[in-house]
Amino acid sequence: MRIACPHCGPRGLEEFLYHGDATVRRPRDGGAAPTKEWTDYVYFRDNANGPHDELWYHSAGCHAWLVVRRDLATHEILHVKSARDAA
Amino acid sequence: MSAHRLASGGLIERGRKLSFSFDGQSYQGYAGDTLASALLANGVKLVGRSFKYHRPRGILSAGSEEPNALVELRTGAHREPNTRATVAELFDGLVATSQNRFPSLKHDLLSINAHLAPFLAAGFYYKTFMWPASFWEKLYEPLIRRAAGLGRAATQPDPDVYEKSTEFCDVLIIGGGEAGLAAAREAARTGGRVILCDEAAMLGGQALSDGKPVDLSGLETVKILTRTTVFGVYDGSTYGALQRLTDHLPASAAPRQRLMKIIAGRSVLASGATERPLVFGNNDLPGVMLAGAVRAYIHRYAVAPGRAAVLALNHDEAALTIPALKLAGISIAAIIDNRANSSPHVRALAAQANAPLFCGAQLNRAIGKLEVTAAEVLTVSGTLLRIPCDLIAMSGGWNPALHLTSHLNDKPSWDETAATFIPAELPPGMSVAGAASGRGLNPNILPLWRSGTAKAKAFVDYQNDVADTDITLAKQEGFVSVEHLKRYTTLGMATDQGKTANVNALALMAAATGKSIPATGTTRFRPPYTPVALGALAGPHRGKHFKPARLTPTHDWATSQGATFIETGLWLRAQYFARAGEDWLAAVSREVNAVRTGVGICDVTTLGKIDIQGPDAAKFLECVYTNAWSTLAIGRARYGLMLREDGMVMDDGTCARLGEHHYVMTTTTANAAKVMQHLEFCHQILWPELDVAFISVTDQWAQVAVAGPKSRAVLEKIVDAPFDISNAAFPYMAAGELSICGGTPARLFRLSFSGELAYEVAVPARYGNALAHALMAAGAQWDITPYGTEALGVMRIEKGHPAGPELNGQTTAQDLGMGKLLSKKKDFIGRALAARPALTDPSRPTLVGLKPIDRATPFRAGSHLLPPGAQASASNDQGWITSAALSPTLGHPIALAMLANGPARHGETIRVYDPVRNGDTLAEVVAPVFLDPQGSRLHA
Repeated sequence: MRIACPHCGPRGLEEFLYHGDATVRRPRDGGAAPTKEWTDYVYFRDNANGPHDELWYHSAGCHAWLVVRRDLATHEILHVKSARDAA
Repeated sequence: MSAHRLASGGLIERGRKLSFSFDGQSYQGYAGDTLASALLANGVKLVGRSFKYHRPRGILSAGSEEPNALVELRTGAHREPNTRATVAELFDGLVATSQNRFPSLKHDLLSINAHLAPFLAAGFYYKTFMWPASFWEKLYEPLIRRAAGLGRAATQPDPDVYEKSTEFCDVLIIGGGEAGLAAAREAARTGGRVILCDEAAMLGGQALSDGKPVDLSGLETVKILTRTTVFGVYDGSTYGALQRLTDHLPASAAPRQRLMKIIAGRSVLASGATERPLVFGNNDLPGVMLAGAVRAYIHRYAVAPGRAAVLALNHDEAALTIPALKLAGISIAAIIDNRANSSPHVRALAAQANAPLFCGAQLNRAIGKLEVTAAEVLTVSGTLLRIPCDLIAMSGGWNPALHLTSHLNDKPSWDETAATFIPAELPPGMSVAGAASGRGLNPNILPLWRSGTAKAKAFVDYQNDVADTDITLAKQEGFVSVEHLKRYTTLGMATDQGKTANVNALALMAAATGKSIPATGTTRFRPPYTPVALGALAGPHRGKHFKPARLTPTHDWATSQGATFIETGLWLRAQYFARAGEDWLAAVSREVNAVRTGVGICDVTTLGKIDIQGPDAAKFLECVYTNAWSTLAIGRARYGLMLREDGMVMDDGTCARLGEHHYVMTTTTANAAKVMQHLEFCHQILWPELDVAFISVTDQWAQVAVAGPKSRAVLEKIVDAPFDISNAAFPYMAAGELSICGGTPARLFRLSFSGELAYEVAVPARYGNALAHALMAAGAQWDITPYGTEALGVMRIEKGHPAGPELNGQTTAQDLGMGKLLSKKKDFIGRALAARPALTDPSRPTLVGLKPIDRATPFRAGSHLLPPGAQASASNDQGWITSAALSPTLGHPIALAMLANGPARHGETIRVYDPVRNGDTLAEVVAPVFLDPQGSRLHA
């Protein structure tokens, strides 16, 4: 598999670390209490099929966190952008 | 040379004779031969015994699809089992041995298995060896393993050298036959980078076998890789290929094979086609060969694989074999065509060759003991005819070699005209050319899936000894899906992945179930296309090259001090510095005592160091650490605790403020990379608005701990004036930038892991080794002592500092006695979920110290803690020992442990139970800080 890093260009899978779902958002001003909003953020994930946004870290490259839109059924990578731009 | 070698022709180098041996017997061949062609030239037809029934087997094919002619190649440590003789190129001195026979090929005692065949049919493992269960491991499995099997792997370490490379191209051509060469020529014209791979030593593919000229023009700019098999297709237009560099040469120190990752913009699959055997009785007898292979041996290797041949076919292409047989002077005893009227093409060639043609007839069985002596033909009128011959050339049609098209899960489709599966869906960027596409394959074919009616075993999958009756049996027992058929009969699961078997098997299953072939389905192929040695996959990454070794800047100095090193992650760290006559325990105890009473030094470079700068640096630290950072003054350091978002402790360390907007963070050695990744995550994703930047400087700074009551005295000798390190000017937790040794830039931190007056001094990495020498010289008068990670560990246990065994990802700040570090005034990673009731429950196992009641019995990490007198059961389990040491300072064993309700139980007696290592002793529960709980030594 290859990921086109927006900074470094297309690079092999071995340069990247997979992190997980890029669509969850850390509760802003979520407070100190362990609410459902918090547990959902940390634990609750959809088992999506088809295109999905994932976080990857270019650990052996520029250290950028990337949002990779990947089809989980075909492994086709549809889009890559830096997480900072997506945030 | 021999009666089977033709006097002229072929692509062998007649000027280069080569000697080789097979089963101890010496033979001669020529450069350009394969082991198979050289054996045939010498009249050797019997080359192996089959997997299960030990039936005599010969050479079926002339290519990588070979299921039968498997041998052990080379000897000793170089011995490689299951090598296909049809692709093993001959070299001078080649030694090959037949496999899976005892005591010899001709007299294999285990051929008794053939008479036991009724008991060894598909599924016999599951039926015969069910009971009693204990017999399986001790009796049945060893017996089966001895009786059924392939070659023997070498028992010594692999002495060969393997390489890896990555190649990039615009177009990758897979296969160097006519279609591949044409595609390469066309692609080269566009000016792009073109790589062409062919598994054979010579370009030309099937044309070489058919004696046709090969056009090699227009390939000047093409990178041609022969002896290179593209074995897999992977995501992202990535292809796996194996280049055999020296397999065709005597063993040497040169690299044997090269594993290549090829990144290709596009690819053209021109892998040709594989011929199907006919399924008739005894179709595995040596002397039964694929028709295309017969042509290859004649045209390419100038070998006549027999003297009198029967040719069986069901399509027009195989008729090419007629003139080839004539060319080789092989008499054609009969041509068997199951088509009622054959075809004008075949009739014309048969007439030209004056060969009898039987239309509407089928091969019934091969006759012979160790090789073919006759063919039995079922004529159109239903009579059986016995035709003496020593060669049966057969063709049931060709299957496109479409394996690579299905590696990414794409399915082929059934083509009724060519009676074969052809590529349909393709991996992104791939197109298919030539015979691999199926276009024009098998002209005028009349499929024949079961030839004749003989009772003799008719094999579908030669290598795994699967006969047509096994398929019928599988159907009877309900295993009708293709995937079940495969697993129940093991069809297609041998090292050849059923290259010659799969389509025949599907057709037979379709016939048995009354379904069409496409409705029966197809199994999809998986990489690798042909076997890849594990050595090639490992490449150079083995032994000490398995992973890189990181050496600390003081490594040379530590070596000169007699250090024993230990791997911590990729780092090699000094574990202890034993002197003459000392064992490790004596050395460690001496090192601890030296630090506690005098001074010692220890390289702590491996701790992760992250340089953090920017106006929002303090705010950023507030986010990632649990405790407060906005109050930290310039020139001071602080201990910090990081949680994961789920509330568990992730890492700890110190962070020093060197300037208004400048901090240096340290992490544990193990988590250096993980913390860096975490900080990037927090900054890029969670708090991108913060104006802060950071970078890892672990490799840029050498850092050495100087610990012990005399540490200040030592440092005073190397710190440049006017920097003042007196207790008043540079107190505990002070940090500063200065110069040492007359101008070397340095950083000094007054930190202590040992609990003594201590410092860490950092210099640019290139001065690290010199720093160690300078400290040794400066401390000589106090007998300054190098200490290693072992003494470091003992001292941190004496001080109750949590480290790796305590920070195991399942402990909270409260568990470690650091609940006070969770700020109530700010948000930080892990704050909310750390407040979950289950994580704040006081009955959770919490950090305590343990002393043996007898002050003598050593503790072992991993031991369980039980109430004294209680039964050793999981429900009575109250905790476990995390770290244990013999404390030289206290003079007895101590341990850190996690104990339920720990802080409330100091003074209690607890049972320390270690059933795995027969440990059972009583301990006193104490505070985890064994030494100087007030910290007076630190502040001295």
